Amino acid sequence: MSGHLSEEDLVLHHYGEPGREDAAAHLEACAECCARRDALDRDLLAVVDEAPEPGERYGAELWARLEPRLDAPRVAAFQPRRLLLPAALAASLVLAFLLGRHTQSPPGPSPGPSARAAHRERVLMGAVEDHLERSRRVLVELAGAPTQGAAVNISAERAWAANLVANSRIYRQSAARAGEARLADVLDELERLLVEIANGPAEMGPEDVRELRERIEDRGLLFKVKALQSQVRERAQKRDRPRTVS
Amino acid sequence: MAGEDAAFVERARAGDREAFRFLVERHGRNVYRLAYRITGNQGDAEDVAQEAFLKAYRSLDRFESRSNFSTWIYRIASNCAYDQLRARARRPEDPIEGEQGPLPIESEGASPERLAAGADLRRQLTAAMRRLTPAERTAFVLRHHEGRSIAEIGAALGLDTSAAKHSVFRAVRKLRAALQPLAQEALG
Repeated sequence: MSGHLSEEDLVLHHYGEPGREDAAAHLEACAECCARRDALDRDLLAVVDEAPEPGERYGAELWARLEPRLDAPRVAAFQPRRLLLPAALAASLVLAFLLGRHTQSPPGPSPGPSARAAHRERVLMGAVEDHLERSRRVLVELAGAPTQGAAVNISAERAWAANLVANSRIYRQSAARAGEARLADVLDELERLLVEIANGPAEMGPEDVRELRERIEDRGLLFKVKALQSQVRERAQKRDRPRTVS
Repeated sequence: MAGEDAAFVERARAGDREAFRFLVERHGRNVYRLAYRITGNQGDAEDVAQEAFLKAYRSLDRFESRSNFSTWIYRIASNCAYDQLRARARRPEDPIEGEQGPLPIESEGASPERLAAGADLRRQLTAAMRRLTPAERTAFVLRHHEGRSIAEIGAALGLDTSAAKHSVFRAVRKLRAALQPLAQEALG
């Protein structure tokens, strides 16, 4: 018989999810795990469904509210309005940069991009790189927290993550619209983690740190972010490189 | 029912609003209940139900006729509810109906009577659910109350299977830590 079942093994077993293959056999033979399984079942039994039953007419009422919206122009739902202005500005900059790959002036004696456009691109490249760097630093800070001893206060990192989330979303959407699937995917992964950190507890215990570290490592997130940073930097350097006349 | 739904979806695709109305009226209550379980309040659940059907209406062309409309609308609603939780979490200063911050642990005030312990347990459950992250709460509700598999949860929320699984694990661990003493009292 292999080692005892972990809480995760028991949760998977409770919900009938695939997990450790010998879980059922182990439970039959091990009184200790059996007791832990019973305790888990008892605790989860206490999590009862409290959702109210809507009235019989609810469907009709929902339709009455919904129908006038069916032809309405689409609006971005669930977006905090106060974030729209800076986010929109950031989005337009990102979009301009990403699309700029396809609209570079041809080499030759014709005038290059205007000084204003070049300046805007430099600002943007700095913004994207800065965002990636700040996000990376939050993850590095948290993943580097002690995995032994008392819980650590992560209020500062939480606030930091919360600030990054809004921009992350807008960068991701812009990247997706510009066909930058890889950038959008990494930003999406980053955003999900940042949201969890921003909304998580103000303290992280050693186990939480280990879990976070594992998640970051499993996904190779730090590596992906670093690779993207290099890519952005390379693009910026290519654009800044003076064009030669052949 | 699934076959009948498919016929209504076809008609709705062709522009028949009455057909879509039928689908809303048939599935509206279940979608609302799912949204309530995830968001935990009536206002958000109502918004999510509307948003989910609106998205479904606008995506009817992408609905595969072999699929089940009920599964499809559940998936859309789960995603809308998850987005709603994330959006709410980003603006914690917004007042949420019935939510005035975490409830204190009240184990010392619990009555020895099972009924009283049960009431305390429900209050504690509400508070503990509120403290879960959006991913944890949504994944847990979909697994525990809706009976969706980890793979389905990952697909619905755009998470990989490992992330969905760990969200459920963390939710269970946190809920158990909050509920254990009271659960023993109420059910023991």
